[in-house]
Amino acid sequence: MEKNIYLDQFRRSLFIVEKNIRIYYSKGPVIIFGLLMPFFLFLSFYIGRDMPIVALIPGLLGMTAFFTATSTGPAIVPWEARAKTLERLISSPVSLRTILLGDVISSFLFGILVTVFPVIVSLLIGVEIVYPLILVFGVVLSTFCFASFSILLSAYPPTDNPSTVMMLSSMIKFPLVFISGIFIPIEELPVWGKTISSISPLTYFTDLAKYSIQGNSYYPIELNIIVLIAFTAAFLFTAIKIHERTIQKRL
Amino acid sequence: MNSENAVEVTNLTKQFNNLVAVNHISFEVKKGELFGFLGPNGAGKTTTIRMLTGVIKPDTGTASIFGYDVVKQGLKTRQLMGIVPEMSNAYVDLSAWNNLMLVGGLYGVNKSQRTERATSLLKKFGLYERRKQIVKGFSKGMKQKLLLCMALISEPQILFLDEPTSGLDVESQRLIKDIIRELNASGTTVFLTTHNMEEANQLCDRIAIINHGKIAEIDSPEKVRHQSCGLQTIEISFDKPVNAEELLRLPSVNGANKMGDKLRLCVNETNEAIDALVDYARQKKLNIIALNTLAPSLEDVFLKLVKES
Repeated sequence: MEKNIYLDQFRRSLFIVEKNIRIYYSKGPVIIFGLLMPFFLFLSFYIGRDMPIVALIPGLLGMTAFFTATSTGPAIVPWEARAKTLERLISSPVSLRTILLGDVISSFLFGILVTVFPVIVSLLIGVEIVYPLILVFGVVLSTFCFASFSILLSAYPPTDNPSTVMMLSSMIKFPLVFISGIFIPIEELPVWGKTISSISPLTYFTDLAKYSIQGNSYYPIELNIIVLIAFTAAFLFTAIKIHERTIQKRL
Repeated sequence: MNSENAVEVTNLTKQFNNLVAVNHISFEVKKGELFGFLGPNGAGKTTTIRMLTGVIKPDTGTASIFGYDVVKQGLKTRQLMGIVPEMSNAYVDLSAWNNLMLVGGLYGVNKSQRTERATSLLKKFGLYERRKQIVKGFSKGMKQKLLLCMALISEPQILFLDEPTSGLDVESQRLIKDIIRELNASGTTVFLTTHNMEEANQLCDRIAIINHGKIAEIDSPEKVRHQSCGLQTIEISFDKPVNAEELLRLPSVNGANKMGDKLRLCVNETNEAIDALVDYARQKKLNIIALNTLAPSLEDVFLKLVKES
């Protein structure tokens, strides 16, 4: 019986996913923060530097997955609170967890769809992927982790102003990019830099991507995977708890 | 829980900061009843409906829908409801059709039923030709009709309507009222909030009047009109002129105005006042030419109850 309820709620969350895809994938802030900013950030880093392309791909993948998977999630709840459609969802026979799961899945799918492009471009320009299955697994796991992080970004403060959330989430996301071994490899960071980088989930994906493409990594790949799973669970748990506490303030 | 009741509310209370929006209210709505919840703006109507539909949690008290607690068994209660909120909350970036498909999906309606019901509802409300258009371009009336379609796609056992005809043109109001009657006749329980007395009078089996978060009266519209003390009126005319001041001394009469050849008397108790008027006519050797009792309009009663509370 319990299983049926969970399955039934999961099915209903897919309608939320479909709705999010139709509405939010084409919203301005999602395009700006999810696609344009990471693209130009990458270009500003790449142009004028004499680096082999194979050394850049893990960072590019990390940045793409991170920015795209965290661009939809933070916007949805405040947007819907403002449009009063959050009230419609809350008064439907779906739980808050179902609504948040729908938001996570739609953020995840957006991340996957866009991250596929740099992978294809890498293959087209002749980059050899040493461990393709690990790369696929890493992209899926990390994108889900970042999508979970995205609903945590919208959890507090309980505002109905999407631009406030997007601005606050950018303040958290950008520093993470700089400490996650994307622009400077982890092994080249000083001890304090390595310590700080260890608190970013993006560090572990970049390291995993580096292993898949270059065949070497800073951390053991098992550790990268375990830490990403732990981050995912922590983000989901914390986001759900905070949303459960703050949702009434949005209605 | 009485099995005849669709809604049972006991001591329901909700406070926002220092404002008590709903103050220990209790009432029942019977299965298949069309129940009107009346009150002026800010009386607590919408807060009550939002608690019953699971949007906000009550501070104290309980509410159940068909025996299920709205807080503890929220998924079950919400599965039985269709809701038309006060403010339009259809997705304006989606088409009418996609809004219906989304809501149908959230209520677990399977694909073939969703398609069939959406087609039928959109045709019934005259929106079928506009089904592919995004809701952003819809008029207020069209949005309201779409909200009703969205509320009905799950074929709910109880329909919560918060000011469903507010701001609509006469034709749309009539269509929506006809459909509410039709749904109620087919067995759907309807919980309707409104501040339109005439609407409540035309539609409702029973009404509750709420003001400052407290229920002032619950009964059928006719009983509420007739039981309202001090608002009953008697029109009387005698064959000779009568001093209105004298009639004010009669029991139960608390107002007298001359209107042409008639006197309009405000009375507390109609029977007592008629007896006194007949005695008065005998004593003064007057013939009563006409005597009519006039019940107050529901609006009069409403205003009086609101003033009193």
